[in-house]
Amino acid sequence: MAVALVLVLIVVGSVLFHLLSPWWWTPIASNWAYIDNTIIITFWITGIVFAAVVLFMAYCVFRFRHREANRAAYEPENKRLESWLTIVTAVGVTALLVPGLFVWSRFVNVPSDATDVEVVGQQWQWSFRLPGKDGKLGTSDTRDVSADNPLGVIGGDPNGQDDVVVEAADLHLPVGKPVKMLLRSIDVLHDFYIPEFRAKMDMIPGSVTYFWFTPTRTGTFQVLCAELCGQGHPLMHGVVVVDTQQDYVAWLGQQQTFAQLSAPQQTGSVEQAPGKTTGLKIAAKLETAGAR
Amino acid sequence: MVDITPADGIPPAEVAEVELYHPRSWWTKYVFSQDAKVIAIQYSATATGIGLVALVLSWLMRLQLGFPGTFDFITPEAYYQFITMHGMIMVIYLLTALFLGGFGNYLIPLMVGARDMVFPYVNMLSYWIYLLAVLVLVSGFFAPGGPTGAGWTLYPPQAILSGTPGGQGWGIILMLSSLILFIIGFTMGGLNYVVTVLQGRTRGMTMMRLPLTVWGIFTATVMALLAFPALFVASVMMLLDRALGTSFFMPAISEMGEQLPHNGGSPILFQHLFWFFGHPEVYIVALPAFGIVSDLISTHARKNIFGYRMMVWAIVGIGALSFVVWAHHMYVSGMHPYFGFFFATTTLIIAIPTAIKVYNWVLTLWRGDIHLTIPMLFALAFIVTFVNGGLTGLFLGNVVVDVPLSDTMFVVAHFHMVMGVAPILVVFGAIYHWYPKVTGRMLNEMLGRFHFWVTFLGAYLIFFPMHYLGLMGVPRRYAELTDMTIMTESAHHLNSFISIMAFIVGFAQMVFLFNLIWSIRHGREAGGNPWRATTLEWQTPHTPPAHGNFGKDLPIVYRWAYDYSVPGAKEDFIPQNMPGSFGPSREPA
Repeated sequence: MAVALVLVLIVVGSVLFHLLSPWWWTPIASNWAYIDNTIIITFWITGIVFAAVVLFMAYCVFRFRHREANRAAYEPENKRLESWLTIVTAVGVTALLVPGLFVWSRFVNVPSDATDVEVVGQQWQWSFRLPGKDGKLGTSDTRDVSADNPLGVIGGDPNGQDDVVVEAADLHLPVGKPVKMLLRSIDVLHDFYIPEFRAKMDMIPGSVTYFWFTPTRTGTFQVLCAELCGQGHPLMHGVVVVDTQQDYVAWLGQQQTFAQLSAPQQTGSVEQAPGKTTGLKIAAKLETAGAR
Repeated sequence: MVDITPADGIPPAEVAEVELYHPRSWWTKYVFSQDAKVIAIQYSATATGIGLVALVLSWLMRLQLGFPGTFDFITPEAYYQFITMHGMIMVIYLLTALFLGGFGNYLIPLMVGARDMVFPYVNMLSYWIYLLAVLVLVSGFFAPGGPTGAGWTLYPPQAILSGTPGGQGWGIILMLSSLILFIIGFTMGGLNYVVTVLQGRTRGMTMMRLPLTVWGIFTATVMALLAFPALFVASVMMLLDRALGTSFFMPAISEMGEQLPHNGGSPILFQHLFWFFGHPEVYIVALPAFGIVSDLISTHARKNIFGYRMMVWAIVGIGALSFVVWAHHMYVSGMHPYFGFFFATTTLIIAIPTAIKVYNWVLTLWRGDIHLTIPMLFALAFIVTFVNGGLTGLFLGNVVVDVPLSDTMFVVAHFHMVMGVAPILVVFGAIYHWYPKVTGRMLNEMLGRFHFWVTFLGAYLIFFPMHYLGLMGVPRRYAELTDMTIMTESAHHLNSFISIMAFIVGFAQMVFLFNLIWSIRHGREAGGNPWRATTLEWQTPHTPPAHGNFGKDLPIVYRWAYDYSVPGAKEDFIPQNMPGSFGPSREPA
């Protein structure tokens, strides 16, 4: 009796928690409302199944609990029932899978008008690179990474000269324009994740991975690293600011190109770039923590 | 059951019995024992011991998450060491070892009607190598720099670099060595279990008469023998990368401004190898739990398991399918995105046989005679927890839904629910069920009920709300959740609540351990078959079963394992070794 009641309470409590608790996803800021919708479909289907199974169990525990002179039925199989349940389950699974795969095909096929934006992860900071006027990013190689060339842009590649390099500082993006994030790492795995954009992807040293999205509202969003990358992992935050087109152009005008940064007379100014030492600061903080 | 007489359908003994190894001293009887029952207890005790270490580690990490900044000794470095060791111990050294080495060793020979495992000496070696693996693992805590903090998935390159605790020290080397030893030890035990099930069954015990416990452990062992080699080679390759400077998993890397000598390796290759082991591993833990819980439900509901044949095929089907779903752990790993279509489809297909198992468990309750004994309570709790955790798997398996949820607390909540709490609840149910056979005494009922309610409801309160932190976007594996713009104040309070629940649930396990020890001497006398169960382990002439299990003659099996409440029979159970007919047979053949 008590057991049946607890089982019912678990269902009721879980549903109420789902509906009433203040913990829910962040307000979306990208085109991936499709993903949110798929999650909602999944909540409905799985919620119904959970309630149905547990309530059925509660009923059985109540109705068929042991009493004197009770005897269980003897029914090894019921082919019809088993086939029906299999079919119903297959239908439910299909109802989840089809919209899921449909949205996935959108997620992996980048629209042709998306602008490339490169993100480079390293322990424990984010840097960015935008194509210059030629609209193309220059090629890069981890072997070319040095103090003067933190992203490892290959110096001989003419496409790379006008690339805008944002080292360890905030990235700005214009609202309403699709962007293809090209993800690189120069040391370990990282993962570029902004909860409000709903998208994330690992970055792998030696490869370029990607995802795309369109920012749908202006604002400042926190970047989190979502793949364990060593002890500085939880502090590897970054910032993406989604601007109006006007503000974006103004910001872009203040940034320096690869050619400017690698010109000999300019090397000194790199040191003053805001946030340049985030990674090192984290390393220093960790050392203090270790010493405690 | 009709017309079955010893002369009919029971094959004659094919070979004469082989004389067992008989211990001659205390040492060979209790320490270097070749008796599967003793080895089972050795495995279980070692797994429980190391599991307690993992429990304490979980408290330490919950201290940090629930009350950030309060405990100075939990540095980020220490936190990562705690989560890594907690995860690896729980998955491999506790659950795998306990289900296969513990329950497998004790139950397989008894349930199939054999005197022992077919290779007792190798079986003994299996345990001692497992113990060595555990000791090497634990030695990490005492090594300079401490154990590895690479996360239990040990992803390179970070696992062997200096930014990760133990990466350039001894931690990662000891971890990989311990895994290699574990796999060697497991392979010795695993071959034993498989051969014993295939070749050691007594007369009349056809495969389709095996209790589902044996089917679960048997299938899981076959899977483990196929899956562990992938982890073995991955461990050896990473060990070479770390120790000899090879580049299996290491591409060109610029670490903290320094160019490393590695070149051309593939970090993602490790992930494929790891999850080719890692996903079957989930079912290596789950299938024995599926099997055991089927038997608990059937016995304590006094009703045959519903759809036995379907249950067997579901176990085998899940086992086979689990080898083609591994990359659902890698949807956001950067592998080719088109793999997502394939792996999402296979992953969601596996939900069908899994759902069938759940239906058959609850349909076994339907029109049963449900005794709410402690094993039955744990079985019911398992169904609730497993259904909950299985359904959240439909979120994470459906590739695009996984994108926002991957690497968040949603994943942590999901896998703890489905492969942490659910199998552990079965372990508890199974211990309450078989303890009387192992010791001859019952566990204390009142302590047991206390343990049950706190563990079941407490674990649900820990992990159910945790999903919503993940939905909010809170990442997993964060040693500190400071400066997180997405996290509201109340989300931090929720974390404190979860931590407090974790301490309470942990405390209940101490009560359980006390019960285990106290009842050996003070428990109520159990008799040979306290649950009035049908399977062979309850029909032994001695309780606890003596060396050789079955006395002078091996039992002969006349029926399947689920003849409960057979119409026309006087008792509501008919042991598998009881000849005779009771009305028309409905045993699935």
